[in-house]
Amino acid sequence: MTDNILIKKKRDPLKTTLHTVYYIVVFGLIFWGFNGIEYKGIMQTAASSMKALWNGFMNPDLVYATNATIDGLPYAILETIAIAISGTFVSAIISIPFALLASQNIVGTKVSKIGKLVVTMIRTFPELILALIFISVVGPGAPAGILALGIHSIGMLAKLFSEAIESMDLGVKEALESCGGNYFEVLFRAVLPQVSPELISYTLYRFEINMRAASTLGLVGAGGIGAPLIFAIRTRSWSRAAVIIIVLIITVTIIDQISGRLRKKLV
Amino acid sequence: MKQPYLFLRNEQEHKVIKFVNVSKTYPNGVEALKNINLEIYEGEFVAIIGLSGAGKSTLLRLINKLIENTGGEVFFDGKSVTKAKGKELLNIRRQIGMIFQGFNIVKRMSVLSNVLSGRVAYHPTWKTILGLFPEADKQIAYRALKRVDILEKVHNRASNLSGGQQQRVAIARALAQEPKMMLADEPVASLDPITTVQVMDYLKKINEEDEITTVANLHHVDLAWKYATRVVGVRDGEIVYDVQMDGMKKSVFYGDLEKVYGRPIQHDEILGDE
Amino acid sequence: MNKIIVPKPNKIRKYSIILLVTFLIVGSGWFAGFNIIEVFVNLFKGGRLLGRMFFPPDWAYIPRIIGPMLETIQMALVGTFLGALVALPTAVLAANNFIKTKWLHVPLRIILNIFRTIPAMVLASLFVAIFGLGAFSGVVALAIFTFGLISKLTFESIEAIDYGQVEALMSLGANKMNILRYAIMPQILPQFTSYTIYGFEVNIRAAAVLGWVGAGGIGQTLEYNLAWRQFDNVGMIIIFSFAIVLVIDLVSAAIRKRLV
Repeated sequence: MTDNILIKKKRDPLKTTLHTVYYIVVFGLIFWGFNGIEYKGIMQTAASSMKALWNGFMNPDLVYATNATIDGLPYAILETIAIAISGTFVSAIISIPFALLASQNIVGTKVSKIGKLVVTMIRTFPELILALIFISVVGPGAPAGILALGIHSIGMLAKLFSEAIESMDLGVKEALESCGGNYFEVLFRAVLPQVSPELISYTLYRFEINMRAASTLGLVGAGGIGAPLIFAIRTRSWSRAAVIIIVLIITVTIIDQISGRLRKKLV
Repeated sequence: MKQPYLFLRNEQEHKVIKFVNVSKTYPNGVEALKNINLEIYEGEFVAIIGLSGAGKSTLLRLINKLIENTGGEVFFDGKSVTKAKGKELLNIRRQIGMIFQGFNIVKRMSVLSNVLSGRVAYHPTWKTILGLFPEADKQIAYRALKRVDILEKVHNRASNLSGGQQQRVAIARALAQEPKMMLADEPVASLDPITTVQVMDYLKKINEEDEITTVANLHHVDLAWKYATRVVGVRDGEIVYDVQMDGMKKSVFYGDLEKVYGRPIQHDEILGDE
Repeated sequence: MNKIIVPKPNKIRKYSIILLVTFLIVGSGWFAGFNIIEVFVNLFKGGRLLGRMFFPPDWAYIPRIIGPMLETIQMALVGTFLGALVALPTAVLAANNFIKTKWLHVPLRIILNIFRTIPAMVLASLFVAIFGLGAFSGVVALAIFTFGLISKLTFESIEAIDYGQVEALMSLGANKMNILRYAIMPQILPQFTSYTIYGFEVNIRAAAVLGWVGAGGIGQTLEYNLAWRQFDNVGMIIIFSFAIVLVIDLVSAAIRKRLV
């Protein structure tokens, strides 16, 4: 047998130190995180509550589910859907000018950077607070929720729209400019038609998310299924809470399926 | 032309691969292979040629059961591949090295890791998951890389290599298995003419020096003529040509093939002058 | 010269879709009682509220925010970590190109879907009712939500890998674990890490409001101040948490770019 081959591995000291630092930082953070959470005597009461919750799911409150009046579940769900639809639609329209202002190939680098920052700021503003602000404007109920969703969704839609605009094929825009189109003509006959399938797809995606958000906003009084749900949970009316959750999951899943299929047909 | 060419072999000679009435019909009804009877002997360099879709890839993959046959039985070294399952199948596979048209190297890993993964079937799983290969394995890997003249790239990331170099790493990975047999599925189809000759030369060298039986699917018939000891032609799922290349003249070969392909050999089926 | 007559294109389908969509939108607005005029009339009220919140900013309140803010970050860290930990093996099992048993994928995906469908708030209030007030409930809620999110993204990644590398490992006799280690993991690990960091971004925002239902962190402080109508404190909380989220977003975006 021939002699063994000796291979020396070249270790880059800088890279190794950096990697070690990364790992220490990450694990340190996670460790610090675990330390900060209290785990007191949680489990004792938990067992009985979980049992009660399970019972609630086994015996859902069907009376509430079939109550066709304004106090019943179907109305609340419909209101939630209505909030989501209106909010998303409002947002989609308003997002377009924001998106244009954030797109580098439309307004240039400097302006688009500001536009992007504004959009990020909107995205970070908590929906709940937005809902509260709007409640003070139009009073409690669904319209506040619509406004809150509408404004907050701009954060995501404008960002996605601007990404679509920035990655679009410039040829169409050039063609229209070269034959003498002015700014708005180019906008409406070249840019927007080009990206509209993507815009619609993103809007549908945002609608899916807004369905979930709409059910939460009711919590602070902005209408929809949120308020009855949180109320049921807080008062430990597990049967009612269970039926709401079940119907909510079914509704959102159905909407997701429909939306998903529509989106596939667009792209 | 229905009858395969028959030739006389010493029945004592070791059969590495044996196909007995093997057929493969895909779920969508396509009969990829019909009643194949084939024997491959130790030390041979067999080139399989034929039109795309004639059944070449299927034939190759039946050998290590990457595809399961629907009829008949495949034997490796006397053991039934068709009936092998679980650990038995893995033990058969580790004796067979395979290289692919797309190289199938893990681009994010180093060359060394790629070649060492050829050894995974020889060690317990917990060791290979953690990357604990013995020093002896590393030596096997280094030697394999040296045989294809690419040892200096041992710690490079695989994605930094050219196509030809990646294919050589793939060959090294197969060599690291210390295999009895080498399968090559269109190994040079993605390479330029010069690298093609390089890789084919390596395959031939390994076949002759290490006595590793080699079966290769080739698109270019002149490569088959140049490198193989035996050429098998597949057409519509059947073997229609099976001839030793011992002293065969190129013009005679091309003439034979016209009958195999049903038409004259075309431009893209010949690589070109050496 | 004769006129060229071109048949009129059938626009019925297009118009009926537009009609349907308009009906849905307008109908929704009407159903929800949305009156655009009322909105504009009352806008100044909102302006006044914003004024009370942000002008002038109540800087003195910052020291009182730091504690809850740290708790929020801790919640997000732990929740993301736990969720991601369980998500990885689950994604491997749920991918249809690795373990090919159908009765495994379908139920798993249904469960994942359910976890992604229930809003984080609802989960949080559920856990508060079970485990009591405090960050623990929030962590569990975040972990479950993150688990659903990362699992889905990851198993979609797994299904999109270059299968040739899996074939190569299979051909040399590797068992399933080795195939996972040497063919699948190298391909998806960068993406998985990217998804985890994305999950952390989402969780930081979610953790901030989960406190509303009593699940700890800055959200509880927020709710408290709003209940007592201390709007200047509320404003400061918003500014502060906004700043933190912005910093985290920038850092994580930079990290994610260097990964893929």
